[in-house]
Formats: sequence, structure tokens, C-alpha cells
Amino acid sequence: MMKFAVVVFPGSNCDHDAYYAASHVLGQRVDLIWHKDTDLKGADAVILPGGFAHGDYLRTGAMARFSPIMREVQSFASRGGPVLGICNGFQILLEAGLLPGAMLRNRNLKFLCQHVYVRVEQTDTPFTSASHRGQVLRLPIAHGEGNYFAEPDVIARLEANRQVIFRYTNADGDVTSDGNPNGSAASIAGLCNEARNVVGLMPHPERACERALGSADGLVILESAVQSIRTGALVARA
Amino acid sequence: MIDPKVLERHGLKPDEYDRIVAFMGREPNLTELGIFSVMWSEHCSYKSSRVHLKTLPTGGPQVLQGPGENAGAVDIGDGLAAVFKIESHNHPSFIEPYQGAATGVGGIIRDIFTMGARPIALLNSLRFGSLEVPATRRLLEGVVAGIAGYGNSIGIPTVGGEIAFEPSYAGNPLVNVFCLGISKATDIIKGVASGAGNAVYYVGAKTGRDGIHGATMASAEFDDKSAEKRPAVQVGDPFMEKLLLEACLEVMQTDALVGIQDMGAAGLTCSTTEMGSRGGAGVEIDVAKVPQRETGMTPYEIMLSESQERMLLVVKRGREAEVERIFDKWDLHASHIGEVTTDGMLRVKEHGKVVAEIPNRALTDEAPVYRRPMIEPDYLRNVRKLDLDALGPRDARLRDDTSVLLALLGSPAISSKRWVYSQYDHMVRTNTINLPGMGAGVVRIKDTDRALAMSVDGNGRYCYLDPRRGAMLAVAEAARNVACAGARPLAATNCLNFGNPERPAIMWQLAQAVEGIGEACRALDTPITGGNVSLYNETDGKAIYPTPVIGVVGLLEHADRVVSRRFQVAGDAVVLLGEGRGELGGSEYLKVAHGVVQGEPPLLDLKAERALQQLLVDLAGARLVRSAHDCSDGGLAVTLAECTFDTAGIGADLSIDDVSVAGTAEINRAAALFGESASRAVVSAAPDATAEILKRAKAADVPARMIGRTGGHELRIAVGGHVAVSVPISEAERIWSNTIEHHFAKRVA
Repeated sequence: MMKFAVVVFPGSNCDHDAYYAASHVLGQRVDLIWHKDTDLKGADAVILPGGFAHGDYLRTGAMARFSPIMREVQSFASRGGPVLGICNGFQILLEAGLLPGAMLRNRNLKFLCQHVYVRVEQTDTPFTSASHRGQVLRLPIAHGEGNYFAEPDVIARLEANRQVIFRYTNADGDVTSDGNPNGSAASIAGLCNEARNVVGLMPHPERACERALGSADGLVILESAVQSIRTGALVARA
Repeated sequence: MIDPKVLERHGLKPDEYDRIVAFMGREPNLTELGIFSVMWSEHCSYKSSRVHLKTLPTGGPQVLQGPGENAGAVDIGDGLAAVFKIESHNHPSFIEPYQGAATGVGGIIRDIFTMGARPIALLNSLRFGSLEVPATRRLLEGVVAGIAGYGNSIGIPTVGGEIAFEPSYAGNPLVNVFCLGISKATDIIKGVASGAGNAVYYVGAKTGRDGIHGATMASAEFDDKSAEKRPAVQVGDPFMEKLLLEACLEVMQTDALVGIQDMGAAGLTCSTTEMGSRGGAGVEIDVAKVPQRETGMTPYEIMLSESQERMLLVVKRGREAEVERIFDKWDLHASHIGEVTTDGMLRVKEHGKVVAEIPNRALTDEAPVYRRPMIEPDYLRNVRKLDLDALGPRDARLRDDTSVLLALLGSPAISSKRWVYSQYDHMVRTNTINLPGMGAGVVRIKDTDRALAMSVDGNGRYCYLDPRRGAMLAVAEAARNVACAGARPLAATNCLNFGNPERPAIMWQLAQAVEGIGEACRALDTPITGGNVSLYNETDGKAIYPTPVIGVVGLLEHADRVVSRRFQVAGDAVVLLGEGRGELGGSEYLKVAHGVVQGEPPLLDLKAERALQQLLVDLAGARLVRSAHDCSDGGLAVTLAECTFDTAGIGADLSIDDVSVAGTAEINRAAALFGESASRAVVSAAPDATAEILKRAKAADVPARMIGRTGGHELRIAVGGHVAVSVPISEAERIWSNTIEHHFAKRVA
């Protein structure tokens, strides 16, 4: 059995959803780690959950990167440990410099909660290894600032390095304007770092792990982590 | 010192002041007068409505907590309680839509977690003027963004709600918010102060000058100077509330707590007084110890401030450090501001010097109660009359039944509310198993098999035409929506939105509506466990439609048997439960097609309604139906159309009975298609389940008949054997989906 660490910032509100998906649905061990802690307690993988860390009254994620636990997360990531940032967790990864780029307000300037389709672009990350390239996932989004932005040269580098991991598409897996809910550059829904062990995405896989909730397509993302650890593809440990 | 002008500014009548002096045995000082004014305001004292509210049914074996606490609670099995209430924030939302609505959400959430329950779902019921008017769109945009801003941030899903648009709400929109939480049945915490010497703690945001006299404002009518009252609206901080929520729930896990209450309307005044009164004790505080955001605040201002996100706690003596430690963890500072006493007084000190001293009883039990004069309003004589043969010609664009159906589907009242609910996070906490727009909101309860369904409903137009029957229909519809999802209705909460009760015609509407709610709740076994009254909903002397909004909570024993409104597969049987009588009085059809708000709202046979609801729950529990949808606004044709939406285009071929209510075939067909007779629902089922459904309906004494099958990509409805409606699903769904967006797009164009 592997062990996830779910970091709890003040204002996190998807921490229990990630906990529930990893523990109850996937049957793995999970620790909730308070942001003031300085120890990831031997976790095999870290999840930064969704929410509004510290209220997000400044830029989303801007305060959370100063939380004591983030030093530990950075160190874990630099040793190759798998880190998944979901929604606000993705925004925190951007602010912490673990992933490139920034988030703008959604194209329509409104918070949006709905199911969208994303296509798996690359499978050589710890969070997509159990999926197949081109696989279309139906996942919920729930954010006001998910309009991914980076300078053109950064986008070009992300593309060249195959760091775009998820892209918004229509139900058929085609990149279209209608399929892009928030105006993200290059329809980017999720990306990874150069070492490929840190992944951030705006959609919520933890909300799509059971049929009763309307989709179980998100399961493959957490299952990938379990599989990566089991097969020894990743060896870092907190 | 206290002259008539001061009294008027405090919303107190001269005879009320005499009563204060008599009770105190002296003239009150200004601080004391301020305290009386908020506690005796309509908002806090329910002085006009109390005699009527007392007639409501509030008990039953399922009720763990009835009215009088911060929220009601019902037993939902497995040792758990559902804690819920609805509350209004109408006046603040008109003055400042975003913050008014946001702080409304914050307030009701505090009421729920104050009871020891973790809030797990929100609903809202909104009323605005016509969507054609730019001011309405501004209000709608602000209110929706405010609800979203607060609920999304704090991480409680908004799982459903309802909105209507009528000109009567143009100057006085309604923002009613419902919240539901879960706690262990044995762990419900009350807002009491008891045990002399126990510590009184203040925790949360600092006190500022915002919202002073909010409760008094909510007890007065609007006029053109209302915009100047903006400083009386508070600003919400959902992050602070999230910290308070988590910290308070953690404190409640210890047994160091005696009681807790949020500081909502009338802030520190109301919480100290009510907690002392409930516990039969007194409370003594020193305002100098209250954390303050501004300098130079007077005791008067501190006692009356309605700054948000503040809680008052009574902690057992000797356990203070334990409680302070928990708040410290959440970076919240708990301030020890006073003690519980035995003398039944509210005593306010400033640096040790007494600045106000009032018996609790004078502020609560002795608050004035009015049996205000009532008279049936004159307008009713005119509007109740409806001669279907004398209706003017139909809007020329509505040349056939199909175009009428499309017009109804595109009317703001009936159209999809996706523009609204997509701004609310409705999935956080991963419990939502019936998404908004699919019928009642349904959330599963993790670690059990159960789920709770909830719905808020009200029809101001019906209540305008007949407050008593309109209110009964609101109870019936909310309970029916819950039953359609497969849940057994358990209990209800009400939010009574009316005009100025000092006018006898308004008072009559209120009394009639309360009678109607009582009768329906008794018949449907859904006791009222709490709620809220919002009066003085008038602008420049013009009242809103009388609008009681009812929230009903129901229980699904098996979460996996939840039923939504959508047809599931082609080839299923479509069965109509209940019977149409072609009632067009007060209907959306008359409003849209003839521009008329007239007639009597549909009849309601409560026995038939109860039988229908029990049948719906029975059919869902036996997994006999694959979808269920209630008939309400727009009648059977609209219901059938809605069953086909969000299905990826599963159509239906249907045949319904004709009715004869008028001299022309056109009106008779309209009555069959768009009449709003109550106690009806449409279910779909596998063809081989039909016989069993009809058998069970017969045993339950519910009229039932198969009216067609799902399939194809069109909606076809024949009336009396002749095809009346025929439209591709894609076209109908497009019109239904985009109405609100179109109104906003128009502004840009």
C-alpha cells in the first residue's frame, strides 16, 4: 500500500475530497498534513488540494507558497517525488515556481463549475502512466481563475519538452474553442515540470472517482500514482 | 435626552418607549435604547408574525429540534441529524447586491455550524424584477456572484434553488438562502449561556462600525434614500468564516463548551441576550475587551455592530486554555470578554464601569407582540375573476401550440438556470448525486447508505391571487420535488417574505399564508422546524407579491436509488401520475401568452398530494422508475419537454387527454398542455415495469395512465388524439438553455 500526503492550507476545501478518493475509493493510506507542519511523514506522493488557501485575497496561491510545509514539498519534488496540484493546488505550484506560467481570470470573468473534457497528452508522468495517450476524460472544473497564461516562448518550450499533460477538448477529443472553458493558452488544462514528477491541473480528478458522482474518469490519475510507486518507477520518499 | 426624533431614528413607537420606561423603572440611556431598538425590531422580535407562527405544526417523532434555536434538526437514522434553516437577506441585497447576498450565505452557514453540524449543502431562492430591465440584470449578476463568492470559497456546495422574475420584485428583490448540515444526533449544541462564572468568549472578525442598525433597516420600507444606507450593509470574509467553521467544530469535539451562538442581526446584543435568556441566566461583558477594528468606538456602536464572522461562546470554567489553544491553531484569537451570571441581566461594562443594564426578559419575552389588524385586500375581487372566453387574443407570434411551448420554455421563469448554477461550486465535498437542474438537490451521506434530498419552492403569483392556497401549493411542490428524487419528505423550513405588516391587507396575506403552510405541513407530515420572517418588503409604498418560500428536506434510505428528471433510455414507457383539470388560473401560460395575472391558483387536495408523494417514494425505492419529474410552472407540456433535456436528445411520443374549460378549442388545448393542476408527476420506466407501477398507483389511489414512450429526437404531444406539439428536441433545448445568457448578451449588442 502506498501513502499519499494531502496538504491542508487554511482555506483548502477539497482536502477531504482528495483524502476520500485516495483512501476510500482507492484503498491507499493518506495523511492530512497541516500547512504549519514541516514533515511529510514518509509519503510516497503529495497532493496539493483545491480550495482558496488563505482566502486567495491576493493572487490565487500567492500566500500559500510561504507556508512552512512548502519548503518540504519543494525538497520532495527536487528529489523526484511525485507532486500533484489540483485547481488551487496547481495555482500554488505556479506561484511557488515549481511549474511555469500564471493564471488569469476565466475568459467570461465568472466562476465556472461544470463537467469538461480533457485529453491526456503524455503518459510519462506519475499521474498519467496508467492512461493512454489521447484518452479523453470527463472531469469537473470549479474555478474563477483557470485561464492559463505564459509567454509564447514559454508555451513553445512546454510544447517542445512535451510538458503539456492535459488539454481541454470537446467530447471527441478535438481541441476547439468551445471545448476550452476558460480561455487557457493552447487549451492547456494541466502540465508538468521538466523532470516530469510535478503535475498541476485545473480540473478535479478527485471529484470524478465514482459513477454516482457523474464520472469515474478521474480515477486513472490517482491510479497512475499508485502504479508508478508499485512498479518502482519512482523511488523518492519524503 | 430621548426625544421623539431619537425614537423615530431607532424605529421605536412612543407607546413602545413607554413600555421600556415602565419595565426599567427609569429612562434608558442611549446605549440601552439602542439595545431595545434592535431586540424589539420586527427582525429580531417577530412582533407582528409571532401570534401567527405559533399556529404552525412544529413537532413529530422525527423532530430533534424545533423553532427557537439557531436552526431546526431532524433525525435521519444511523444516529445522525440533519440541521437546516432558510433565511432572508433581501434588504441588504438590494442596497449592495454582492455583499448583501454573500453575507446572507455567511449568516445561514453560521446558524448551522453553531448547532454542531458540518454544513454540507446550500440552496437559494431568488426573486427579481423583469429580466428585460437593466437594473434587474445588474442585481442578478451581483447577487449570484455574491452567493458564489462566499459559498465557493468556504467550500460548501450550492446544490439547487429556484429563481423567478416578476415586476413586483423590481424595487425589492428577494434573496433567501437555505443551508443544511449533518451532526451526530446526540451532539447537537445549543445557544445557551448557563453556569454562573463560566467564561464568555468572543472569537472571529473584529468589530467595526459596519451594519449598525441592520436589523432596524430590515424592518423598514425602502424609499429613494435607501441607497444612502449602504454603510449599514456588512462586508463578508468567507476565509475568516472557513477558519471559524473548522475551529468551532474542533472545539465542539471537546466537552469544554456550554453554548455557542453566531452574531448575526443585532450582533453582540442579540447573542448575549438570547443565550442568557435560553439558559435562564445573565451575561456580563466588558466592551473594552471586544476586539475592535476602528478606534473610538462607543459601547452603543460595539453592541449594535453587525460586523460579520463573529461568534460568542460560553466555555466551562477551568477549560479556557484548551479552547484558546484550538483557536490559536487556526490563527484565530479568542477573547475572554465576560462571564455568565445568575441575575438574569444583560450587563454591559466599559473598562469596568456599567454602561447598560437590562433584564434579559425585557428584551426577549417582554418584547411587544402585536395582533395587527387584518383586512382582505380589495385587489382580490378583480384578479380572482377569470373568464377564459373573454381573454384577449393571444400574442400574434404564438400561432400554434408548439410556438406557445417554445415561448414558455424560453421564459425566464421556466428556462434553464445554468447561467446561475454554473457559477456555484455544486460538487465540492463529492456528495452531490443529483446535480442542479435535475430536480431536488441530493447529497449522499458518506459512510452510510443514505442521502438527503432538498428543495426550496414558492410561487408569488399564486400567493398574490390566493395567499392561503399559494402557500399550501409551495409546501406541496417542495415536498413533491423531494419525493420525485425518491426521498421521503421529513420536515420543512419557511421564509416568509411580505410587505409592511402595519397595513391590514399585508397582514391578512401573511396570516392566510401561515394558515396555508400549517395545513399543508400537517397533512404532508413535514413539520416546520424553523425559519425566518422578512417584512417591510416594499419600495415607495408598493409591496412585493406575498412570497412564502418553503424548504423541504427528505430522506433516501438508499443513495443509489436516487431519481432525476431526465429520461434515461429510448423505448421506455412514460406514465402520468395524478390528474389534470385544465387549471389556467395564475399560470405561466396566461402571463406569457395573454399578459394576464388572474384567476385562482390550482386546487390542492392534500390527501391526493400525500398519496402521490408516497407512491413516488415507493416506486423509486422499488427501482421501478428511471426518471420522475413534477408538474408545475408551464404545466404538463413543459414537464415533458424538461424530461427530454440533458439526455443527448431522447425524444418522446405522447398522447394526453383533452379538457373542456372554455368555448374555444385553442384555450382548451392550452389548458390540457399548459394548465398547472397540482399533485401530478411524470415518470418513465422500463416497459415491463409499467403494469406493476399502475398496480401500485391503483392501490395508492393515485390516478395513473401510460401516455406514451420515449424515443426519437422529437417531442410530440397529441391532445385528445390530435397532434398539437411537434418539435425537435435540439430546437426546444436550445431555446430553454440560453434565455438568461441572451438577456445578458443583448446588453452588449
